[in-house]
Amino acid sequence: MNHPVADAAATENGYYRRLQAAVEELLILKGIVGRDEIDREVAAMEERSYRRGAAVVAHAWVDPAYRERLLADGAAAVRELGIEIGALHLIVVENTPAIHNVIVCTLCSCYPRALLGMPPDWYKNIEYRSRVVREPRAVLREFGLTLPEPVSVRVHDSTADMRYLVLPMRPAGTEGWSEAQLLDIVSRDALVGVALPRGPEGS
Amino acid sequence: MNDAIEPLFAVGDRVTVLAQWPHGHIRTPIYCRGHSGVIERLCGHFPNPEELAFGLPGLPLRPLYRVRFRSRDLWPDYAEGGDDVVEIEIYQHWLEPAGQAALLRNPEDMHA
Repeated sequence: MNHPVADAAATENGYYRRLQAAVEELLILKGIVGRDEIDREVAAMEERSYRRGAAVVAHAWVDPAYRERLLADGAAAVRELGIEIGALHLIVVENTPAIHNVIVCTLCSCYPRALLGMPPDWYKNIEYRSRVVREPRAVLREFGLTLPEPVSVRVHDSTADMRYLVLPMRPAGTEGWSEAQLLDIVSRDALVGVALPRGPEGS
Repeated sequence: MNDAIEPLFAVGDRVTVLAQWPHGHIRTPIYCRGHSGVIERLCGHFPNPEELAFGLPGLPLRPLYRVRFRSRDLWPDYAEGGDDVVEIEIYQHWLEPAGQAALLRNPEDMHA
């Protein structure tokens, strides 16, 4: 969890960085974990990328039956693709012409890390967390996304045990594209709901 | 599940979040306390995070719901789309059937 007071102290030789180093040293000295185990876990953490989430979306776009399963049970459908997500409880929310979904954790920085990797800094920022529930359209505009008026916004506050993935609408003009081509147009921000995938016309 | 509390609410039920302000590791955002919404789904049963945070087992398992609030209901001066909503995960022990709602709605009022 990242708390705003911790953010400032987490840099360089800040309090939390030193605390983390001290706890790590102690755990190793006491033989509770090995340095290699820590390195492995950090490497695995850094290896996970939003491309896994993008692959899920691309597959849902080309396979309507898979899309149904993904919306009914997100975690099971992701595992179906051989993506290892541990005990993640995943809810997939679908954008439609009438509804735009956006994800936040107002309390801290809950994020589907097993699927999307590390959250971007803005996601943990107090400004995003406090404003996106209160004035989502204004915040989305600052991300460069202006929603047409008839679209209603559904903000999902990830406050407890569930994690969220946005299933964006497939852009016009991508008919006949391969799954690999589609995967490339799904950005991390589109999976959180602060951007839309871009089609060939930039739509 | 033997060690789990039975769900009291069904999808579509109108509920009100308790207007309480305890200290500790609370996963119920302040901005929805005292406000009413509708049960969107039952997410399952989970240990109580308010106890887990202090190294306790958090049992029995508690029903966790997603509650849908109209943004206009959360903030009377909400200035964006009229159909906008916020959906929040809330544990059953923070909910009561709507209608028994507290008279006071805003945290600011609660402290008055």
